Amino acid sequence: MDLVNTFLIGITSGTIYGLMAISIVLVWRSTRIVNFGVSGMALLSTYFGYEAMTRLESFWIGLAVAMIGGAVVGALVEILLIRLLEKHKSTGPIASVAPIIATLGLASLIRATAAMIWGGQDVRILAPVSNDGFTINGTTLVFSPLKLLILVTVLVLMLILSIIFQKTNIGLSLRASAYSPEIARLSGIKVNWVRTLGWALAGAAGAVAGMFETVNGNGALSPYSIESFLLLVIGFIAAVIGGLDSLIGAVIGGLVLGLMIAFVLMYVSSGLFFIAPFIILIIVLFIRPQGLFGAKAARRA
Amino acid sequence: MSLNVSNLTVHHGAICAISQVSIAVPTGKLAAIIGSNGAGKTTLLRTISGLKHPTEGSMMWKGEKIVGIKPEALVRRGISHVSEGKSVIPELTVRENLELGAIWRRNSKESKESIDQVVSIFPRLGERIKQRADTLSGGERQMLAIGRAIMAKPQLLLLDEPSLGLAPLVVEQIFQTIRDLTTSMNLTVLLVEQNAMGALKIADLGIVLNLGKVVAVNHAQTLIDDPAVRAAYLGY
Repeated sequence: MDLVNTFLIGITSGTIYGLMAISIVLVWRSTRIVNFGVSGMALLSTYFGYEAMTRLESFWIGLAVAMIGGAVVGALVEILLIRLLEKHKSTGPIASVAPIIATLGLASLIRATAAMIWGGQDVRILAPVSNDGFTINGTTLVFSPLKLLILVTVLVLMLILSIIFQKTNIGLSLRASAYSPEIARLSGIKVNWVRTLGWALAGAAGAVAGMFETVNGNGALSPYSIESFLLLVIGFIAAVIGGLDSLIGAVIGGLVLGLMIAFVLMYVSSGLFFIAPFIILIIVLFIRPQGLFGAKAARRA
Repeated sequence: MSLNVSNLTVHHGAICAISQVSIAVPTGKLAAIIGSNGAGKTTLLRTISGLKHPTEGSMMWKGEKIVGIKPEALVRRGISHVSEGKSVIPELTVRENLELGAIWRRNSKESKESIDQVVSIFPRLGERIKQRADTLSGGERQMLAIGRAIMAKPQLLLLDEPSLGLAPLVVEQIFQTIRDLTTSMNLTVLLVEQNAMGALKIADLGIVLNLGKVVAVNHAQTLIDDPAVRAAYLGY
């Protein structure tokens, strides 16, 4: 029973990490920028979700508002910050570091702004269903209706995203622009706007991760909560394990991490929570330096 | 004249890549641009398709100025550019590469018809339609790159060294296809080539570039017969 229980918990948090990794991968693919602002963007959209949820008393409306808010934030960051940096791009080592530093600054900026608006205190996001574990044959599991709901919702969203990417013209534009901006432009794709779209999708994915990570914890949200820091770190590790370039890799990376963390916590020591992800990262990078799904040779720019 | 380039000068940083280049190509004609490495052939094509900005000079396409217009907008005006080195996306399937060419038209029915048309021109692409482009041979990739350009229903086709790295037999086949397409679709074509003889043989018009300047313009056959051109570019 323990085994199944741990497995289900691991899968659930794994899908949330996977979403965060998707957010990071989408930004990387569209603009080749490692976005450390992802946790800030997720935090802000989760607050949007909180506002909508308390006013309209529905978690689902809250989730939808968070996603839309996240998409808008993502698009605005790309248009107002990233494009500007690109325009004033210098040469040399600064050129590749500047956007990363800018996204770090963005995370702090959002955090401080959120603290000004919503205060440093916790606000609460109520889960739509109970987080009390299922009871089977008298034993109570940690796996709960809420975790089941998170698992199903995230998997459905991932399925929708993969259909968009594989089956629609928008998805083809996103992939073509990521693989070869020049051929995409010569095919008539407005690559600038496709980049903005990539950031918007990343914002929406991060928003869902933020909402679910909050309710999957104790429902408390604050600008300085450990959850958003964890999402950033673990989401990154998941993205890197997956190869940074691959959406499927991001999902698998998230699941691998979620499962491994759950098993380490259950069977080894709960004190390893902050260390386990890094150990996993190092092991994966030793065995497959390009990540599980990364291309072996770096693509030519 | 449907394509009219006059006094075009383009720099790469401080280096002048082409200087005061003027060319004119009538509708439905195939112009071969030949010249050695570094003559500025590729730069000329990239400037016409909007990838590169000229320092000075003007470019007219069907009576309209096209300087400063982005490549994604020029595609909508009928200009398709197949850039150097088998311009396909290896991670996408053959079908996806083709769909890419018609994506701006936002019409999936027309796109399907165009795929059928391309497959009838290059049956090999039809056999490999579901494969990823990186599984194709060099010749097939070049067919795919040209196919993608055809998908956009172009009026002006810019081809950058389609023969690069291909076996002689395949080169001959690709050149023949380019000639046939020019006639059957009434295309205006600018063909940049190192393989000067092959290109001039199928061209109506030949333009010789040297060190960024136009040094000769004439009927392709006249250039083939010109002893100076033969000695410098055709190797005999």
